Amino acid sequence: MSDVVEKTLTALPSLLSLDPQPGSAKLSSTSKLGNLIRGITELTSKHEEEKLIQHELASIKDQVSSPNTSMRQMKELMVRAIYCESLGYEASFTYIHAIKLAQQGTALEKRVGYLAVSLFLNESHELLLLLVNTVLKDLQSTNLIEVCMALTVVSQMFPKDMIPAILPLVEEKLNHPKEIIRRKAVLALYKFYLIAPNQVQHIHNKFRKALCDKDPGVMTASLHIYLQMIQENPEGYKDLTASFVTILKQVVGGKLPMDFNYHSVPAPWLQIQLLRILALLGKNDQSASAVMYEVLDESLRRAEMNHNITYAILYECVKCIYTIHPKSDLLEKAAKCIGNFVLSPKINLKYLGLKALTYVVQQDPRLALQHQMTIIECLDHSDLIIKRETLELLFRITNAQNVVVIVEKMLEFLRVNTDDYTTIDLVGKVAELAEKYAPDNEWFIETMSTVFSVGGDMMQPDIPNSFLKLLSEGFDSVEEDRKLRLFAVDSYITLLQKEPGKLPQRFLQVISWVLGEYSHLKDELEPTVVLKLLAKLLDMKHTSSETKSWILMAMTKLCEGGAEVSVVREVSETYSSSMDTVLRQRAHELQYLSQDSELRAKVLLRDNGLRPLEVDSSLSFLDGFVSEALAAGAAPYKPPHQRQEELAQAKALSLEPYGLSLPMSMSSCSITDRQSPTLLSMSSGLSGDSAEISHKGGSTSLKLDGVKRVWGREGYLPQRAAVEEAAQVEVPCTLRSPSQQGDADSSHSQTPTSTPTPTEPDPEKQQLASLFFGLSSQSSVCLMGKPEPTPHRFRRKAKGVTDPTSSSLISTPSNVEKLLCNNLLDSNIASELAVSSAKQITELPQGLKTASCDVEAELTDIADIKQNNPSLIVDNGIVAAADEDPDRPKDLCLISHLPAELSELCHSEITPLCTIQSLVLSACHLQKEDSLVLAVFISNSSDSALQHIVLDLDSEQLEVSCVSDSPAEDFRGHSVVVYQYSLTVKRPSIHVSIEGTVSFQLPGEAPQAAQFSYKLPLTIFIRPLTVSTEEYGTMWLSFSHDTKQNLTLIGDGQEALTATLNVLKQKLQLHVVEIIGQEGILSCRLLQDQPCLMHCRVHAGTLAVWLRSPVPDLPDCLIYHCQRALQEY
Amino acid sequence: MIKAILIFNNHGKPRLIRFYQYFAEDMQQQIIRETFHLVSKRDDNVCNFLEGGSLIGGSDYKLIYRHYATLYFVFCVDSSESELGILDLIQVFVETLDKCFENVCELDLIFHMDKVHYILQEVVMGGMVLETNMNEIVAQVEVQNRMEKSEVSDVKQGL
Repeated sequence: MSDVVEKTLTALPSLLSLDPQPGSAKLSSTSKLGNLIRGITELTSKHEEEKLIQHELASIKDQVSSPNTSMRQMKELMVRAIYCESLGYEASFTYIHAIKLAQQGTALEKRVGYLAVSLFLNESHELLLLLVNTVLKDLQSTNLIEVCMALTVVSQMFPKDMIPAILPLVEEKLNHPKEIIRRKAVLALYKFYLIAPNQVQHIHNKFRKALCDKDPGVMTASLHIYLQMIQENPEGYKDLTASFVTILKQVVGGKLPMDFNYHSVPAPWLQIQLLRILALLGKNDQSASAVMYEVLDESLRRAEMNHNITYAILYECVKCIYTIHPKSDLLEKAAKCIGNFVLSPKINLKYLGLKALTYVVQQDPRLALQHQMTIIECLDHSDLIIKRETLELLFRITNAQNVVVIVEKMLEFLRVNTDDYTTIDLVGKVAELAEKYAPDNEWFIETMSTVFSVGGDMMQPDIPNSFLKLLSEGFDSVEEDRKLRLFAVDSYITLLQKEPGKLPQRFLQVISWVLGEYSHLKDELEPTVVLKLLAKLLDMKHTSSETKSWILMAMTKLCEGGAEVSVVREVSETYSSSMDTVLRQRAHELQYLSQDSELRAKVLLRDNGLRPLEVDSSLSFLDGFVSEALAAGAAPYKPPHQRQEELAQAKALSLEPYGLSLPMSMSSCSITDRQSPTLLSMSSGLSGDSAEISHKGGSTSLKLDGVKRVWGREGYLPQRAAVEEAAQVEVPCTLRSPSQQGDADSSHSQTPTSTPTPTEPDPEKQQLASLFFGLSSQSSVCLMGKPEPTPHRFRRKAKGVTDPTSSSLISTPSNVEKLLCNNLLDSNIASELAVSSAKQITELPQGLKTASCDVEAELTDIADIKQNNPSLIVDNGIVAAADEDPDRPKDLCLISHLPAELSELCHSEITPLCTIQSLVLSACHLQKEDSLVLAVFISNSSDSALQHIVLDLDSEQLEVSCVSDSPAEDFRGHSVVVYQYSLTVKRPSIHVSIEGTVSFQLPGEAPQAAQFSYKLPLTIFIRPLTVSTEEYGTMWLSFSHDTKQNLTLIGDGQEALTATLNVLKQKLQLHVVEIIGQEGILSCRLLQDQPCLMHCRVHAGTLAVWLRSPVPDLPDCLIYHCQRALQEY
Repeated sequence: MIKAILIFNNHGKPRLIRFYQYFAEDMQQQIIRETFHLVSKRDDNVCNFLEGGSLIGGSDYKLIYRHYATLYFVFCVDSSESELGILDLIQVFVETLDKCFENVCELDLIFHMDKVHYILQEVVMGGMVLETNMNEIVAQVEVQNRMEKSEVSDVKQGL
């Protein structure tokens, strides 16, 4: 088929030469569009084209504005306008006519009008409002084509605010007898969901109806919505798992009509969509995953055909299998599949294979090892995209052993790459690897130098920043730091002596900073030499003024009086008359400080390395000045946004409710009253212009050290983490058993030669196999320390054992089974690394205490069980579900560990967070009047004490601060510690979550870590805010973020408003300020005084709600919860 | 989601431009130029996927394209679309064009740009894949064509 297309397309050039040939008979040769196109194809220069189009546009303009032009002619004109626009010439004068055409034309003319509108305008274009009525009318039309057109344009673009107007009509279309209309309506609703999720909340059950539609096309359309919603909240749709599986089963089994086949594959796009949904649902959910195994297996089997689209299905299958809870035989098949992809001669498949490997390799590095020769070949592939994908894969498997080779490969690619985007991306990756795994100082400095010269001025600015930070903060050993810095100085001096003209500006800045700070470390180096080199940089043509000021600062640091003064004097004289004010200032600083050594010693402290300078961010030293000025009658300071607001208020007529009832002076007066002197100076420090300038100056010149360090201290952590990580990698290596060692060694040296490749692998490639150094040892790390996902469940039951109240007898049988299953999976992966799994087994009973001692004997026979009883794995899902209940009573006992002052408070259900070996983490939250406390329980069920327990919580939306002193680092066996955190909202969101990591160490073993997350609804942070109506009015005016929406009323008649507000009061703790007739005002606050005000009015049977708050997003989140609360009621 | 569908010829002349996400006019032209630049320098024996044009938005986006004789069909999609799935969708679209225009060629696309848009609207709606079944797409297009014919005959009768 595609051959036919290609043949006809190759015939094109001859057609374009305008000879009267059969092809041109098709063209409407007399039409004006035809003439225009003909004219354009004849032209040769861009300039001529422009002239012709301008002429054309002028003639279109004439005609459209003439009253005699009929709709029919207008249609033709519009197509010409579309053509001009597609060539990039604006025809904005036709926009209004396009809308007119859509409004007034017949169906065909409408079609052109709608098309033109959807091509010309965007969602926020003001003219679009004129279209709303037309769309409304067409949605109600009896002509199906008109309805289709309206739905299409609605899904293409529709003003967000106008959605409520047409929503009911679109919803109605879900019941339309024609499936094409239903399908388009579903997609239109999906579009609404994307741009305004709040508006379509109430029709979620209609989506379910669409999912069950008898027409598979409509069902397919509804999957778009489900994919999106499940991505956002997988927990909410677990109940649909079985339905999706059934659908997929039917599709795979060929139950759909033949119409849906594509190259005799049943509905491939539908399958792809379903597989993606299943992957989302099965992620971290064993019971959901268990439902899918069968159909995934079936899909894999059926898709073994040789068409492009079956590979698409296979790829999704593989991704799904690696995302959901693992099942060994599926994993095996998936791995084989990936192998086929990578080895395929088809380049698209190779690409996807590499992508799949990149995805999988974090879980199973050995897979990469299997394909190492192919991967190395891909590195030399002629297609840059393949090469880049390979590097991405290598980036994921980099470790301390192979970093040198991998980084070398990346730099090699960078040197030939011309695409900016790739360069920026890759440079960042190299810098990251270099910081994480650098084997020694020399390598690190040299690699970073290459990064700076290749990355040039495009790279992310944080790369040089973090490099300098690393240099200035140093590592743990002073001697090491000195060596690193010294080496940096050495290599930069060499660079400057060669050809500094070729170096990018960013690199020059880094060099000058390093030389300024550290060249004194090198005793035999004369400052004059460095100064001369720097001065030479200043004279270069390409040096930007920003770089120049870095250089001048470096000179300031270097100049200690003596011989260098002459060099410095010349420089400072040149630049003290520079037009650039910053440069001029630097030059003056240089001049004065080089002459006054006493002042210099005070300002530029050397070797104060780690002592952070204190910066008075509140500018309290200005307080005296401010109060004096105030006393003298100066106007108090107002932050810019307040000034602006007042200005707007003064200018415009306020049309907002409450605005009229308040005298203008009162609001401004209350604002000034609120400001205390300290607050004043504070805000002036933060937003005052003058302060900003001095701040900026400080950060780049004299105060450089201080400012950097404050900023650097919090950035110190990653550096630390990297060191720890390296340690983690190292330790298990030494623990490796001899057999493993041999294993790893053989894979380094033998595999390249033993791997069957068509040609004899050349020595270079063999050497490259060192890319995979450390991989095998890493896989053993994974297995031994592998906390997730398999051992997860196993630990959960250990928790049941810790609990003294629950009878361990009850849970034992299921525990045994679960243990087996987990170990089945584990041992499967570990099959050849029997030693390590045996090791794991010996660890297990510690956490299990007596109840599971008898398990131990069985565990050693794991290999047998695996062969005899594969169905165990499937059973497991059911067992896990049944096992929920015995956990219950444990809540009580954990609560008893809370400190006295907290145990009185009402607490949420205790939810398990994660389990790692014998450590069980669970948490609950407690509501206090003025705060929210999160209590994290860590229970140690092993006999031995745990060391170095570190719990680290973080959240995007919340401020998390530790309340309790962290308990002792070592913690005894069979005990529970409680960490308390106070939570406040940083950035409101409908649901907030906290991510955390816990790490600990068993005596004499490697440290272990696990991650977890904890979700909370925003509502628990809401507290009533008691204000009077007057205060409410003042506040209302000063808040800048708002949102409006109609909510359903509860009950009807007179009492509806009161009833509805009472529900909100009960459920969300809103404070009802006053109810006046059909209007009501409510207020609430988030913890830590972030108020939100609500105004509601009964209007046409609904409750029109208007929320305002100084906090962005808060109104939107609150309206969501209001809606939920009313719905639930 | 599909962010944009671009069809241009071997010289970079746009033949059909459809954006599903708003970009200002000059930005659109820049994207077309950059895309052409990226795609045209690739051989026919390399893979059909390209990543991260810096203009259309970062690493989450991919260009998936096919080259037919004189024309490039480029779909710009985000990570929620399957690469191979889109590649076959392009094939479906081209085959549909071929059916509707009876041996489609570049000239058909130039002179009947509006019709190509209508066909595309039945395949992709607002950036979402609406229909992948060629027969179904052709059926929808034909319904519209019938309407066109009846209108033309109406006019003739009126004359």
